Amino acid sequence: MSKILIRGAKVLGGEQQDVLIDGGTIAEVGSGLSAEGAEVVEAGGKVLLPGLVDLHTHLREPGREDSETVLTGTRAAASGGYTSVFAMANTFPVADTAGVVEQVWRLGKEHGYCDVRPIGAVTVGLEGSKLAELGAMHESAAGVTVFSDDGKCVHDAVIMRRALEYVKAFNGVIAQHAQEPRLTEGAEMNEGVVSAELGLGGWPAVAEESIIARDVLLADHVGSRVHICHLSTAGSVEIVRWAKSRGIQVTAEVTPHHLLLTDELVRTYNPVYKVNPPLRTERDVRALREALADGTIDIVATDHAPHPHEDKDCEWAAAAMGMVGLETALSVVQETMVDTGLLDWAGVADRMSFKPAQIGQATGHGRPVSAGEPANLTLVDTAYRGLVEPAGFASRSRNTPYEGRELPGRVTHTWLRGKATLVDGKLT
Amino acid sequence: MQRHLISAADLTRDDAVLILDTAEEMARVADRPIKKLPTLRGRTIVNLFFEDSTRTRISFEAAEKRLSADVINFSAKGSSVSKGESLKDTAQTLEAMGVDAVVIRHGASGAPYRLANSGWIDAAVVNAGDGTHQHPTQALLDAFTMRRRLIGPDAGLGQDLAGKRITIVGDILHSRVARSNVDLLHTLGAEVTLVAPPTLLPVGIETWPCEVSYDLDSTLPKSDAVMMLRVQRERMNAAFFPTEREYSRRYGLDGDRMARMPEHAVVMHPGPMVRGMEITAEVADSDRCTVVEQVANGVSIRMAVLYLLLGGAVFDSKNVPAVTQTRTEEKQDR
Repeated sequence: MSKILIRGAKVLGGEQQDVLIDGGTIAEVGSGLSAEGAEVVEAGGKVLLPGLVDLHTHLREPGREDSETVLTGTRAAASGGYTSVFAMANTFPVADTAGVVEQVWRLGKEHGYCDVRPIGAVTVGLEGSKLAELGAMHESAAGVTVFSDDGKCVHDAVIMRRALEYVKAFNGVIAQHAQEPRLTEGAEMNEGVVSAELGLGGWPAVAEESIIARDVLLADHVGSRVHICHLSTAGSVEIVRWAKSRGIQVTAEVTPHHLLLTDELVRTYNPVYKVNPPLRTERDVRALREALADGTIDIVATDHAPHPHEDKDCEWAAAAMGMVGLETALSVVQETMVDTGLLDWAGVADRMSFKPAQIGQATGHGRPVSAGEPANLTLVDTAYRGLVEPAGFASRSRNTPYEGRELPGRVTHTWLRGKATLVDGKLT
Repeated sequence: MQRHLISAADLTRDDAVLILDTAEEMARVADRPIKKLPTLRGRTIVNLFFEDSTRTRISFEAAEKRLSADVINFSAKGSSVSKGESLKDTAQTLEAMGVDAVVIRHGASGAPYRLANSGWIDAAVVNAGDGTHQHPTQALLDAFTMRRRLIGPDAGLGQDLAGKRITIVGDILHSRVARSNVDLLHTLGAEVTLVAPPTLLPVGIETWPCEVSYDLDSTLPKSDAVMMLRVQRERMNAAFFPTEREYSRRYGLDGDRMARMPEHAVVMHPGPMVRGMEITAEVADSDRCTVVEQVANGVSIRMAVLYLLLGGAVFDSKNVPAVTQTRTEEKQDR
């Protein structure tokens, strides 16, 4: 692999510098670096970030290749500036055995757009009753470190306790989808003023908060670490803040859509806004942004959830839950966190690359942009503003809530270990 | 009023009064030997019922036939829907057959809104009840019944329900009738009080334009109309209330409670009634109970809604639809 010189990039939003990539690693960072023998990319003041890491992606393969495959999903990831994604376990068959996680891992490796780290199911078939072979998945070629029944909550307190304890043996982490199942039977949207008017089944904030409260106490009791998926309410923020202040090992993620959108949008009955956990209120959105800024919420994760058109082009009750997010995540974070002054670009690098890589132990990702580090990099034109056009998505699915919305920022280049996966906004 | 009728909240006071006035005209058709108007001759209306309903479907069908429309009845049971056809495809298929209006009943809240606003079809959409969201023609027929009983058929023309005190009792949480009535009655100037056990009131109700009470007995003396909603027995299995008996004791309307209402006050019920649960036979069969009148009024209201929607009338005071003009002239003749 030849040399690449990225000239005049604001590294993590700081001063303009040149970055020389040689092979798979960053050879040098400085000013006025020699371009000799190197292909030059004129950054012209764009922001250079470490390759983004998504701890929460649904790639749908195996089983739902009509909505996404490992290939299309990793292409979408590269388009969005990601160099590593964690693939959720709710596939068909469920990723609850070494065989399935190895298949997903191998497909990611073959396609080469983005490293794919499979997440293993906590329980067999995501059914919440019997632990899956967590150790076998960890020891497989996929080297699973994150386990989650995402889509479903590990609702049984004993199973959750055992899972938290068990994975300590290999420093794994349980990522909990916090949703008390009995409190959310028939739930269709956030329970509150809007659901009361629309006559849609209410999804109370307490269904999320009660599980988070239980799980941080369990994690404390057994001395394990727990990760909370897609935290969505102001109350959840308070609980995580309290747990962290007590020294409990808890980390939490927020999705871009929960940073931007509210349940007012459900008034359109357009299922593109139907998502789990549901869109909450303005007050929740404010609390989530503040918590991401002050570090109570550690990371942004997309919960990229592709669905075919027919699963959204219908009435609300019949529609699938979820939104695609890989290709718009950074723009939404810029809109809600950077352009509002809540977070600088170094903060974005921390929440979207360093920390998620740490939580998921994605070796070689989430590293500083400095000499000797793997050349996993993302170049962002932060001055850009444009309309979101789903027709141009690399994802197989188009279920974005941002269609036609103007958002800032555009990823122009992504490098995975020095190999360009995205050049001038086009996939290689 | 738009070209669809999806929610009672979409109606202005003047729209609603116009519908009520038009319905008075339509009601007079029912008194004629031949109960038919030629108004919608050559127009096709489909009754698209995804949810079982007898009285609402028959009421719409009677209204459509009295207006001389061609009527197609579609019920989801045993149709292509049970084979997995989507709402979109069903609606587009029917529209391809040349339908001017779709009257839709659906178990999913928002289905009529989606049908009207997704660019799937061009026909006018009338919501005949969607999930636990809205049932606007029910609210209109209830308001019509109240206006007739509390003001009078002739005296009520052009009037709203300003100052009337309406109490709605029962399963508010799961009721599209309650939601539609709160919206419409508020628009018409009435004062609404909802009475239910706290479990059957939605979280978020505090923004509704009405009062909420857990105590039926204290509300009854201050009511001009008391509307009892059906309470499904199955609700007690989900712990909404302990037993049928306890529900009836606390929230059911019996003769003793009815006696506490003012002399002129009426008892209403959208049907179907669960006798012995929310209402005793004594009350249901009394002269003060309007349940049968409500059914008759439902046909007039639905005639008015379809007439106005498909008549393409522009709703401002200078362009009053023909039927109301006729009425005005007749009045002058007297």
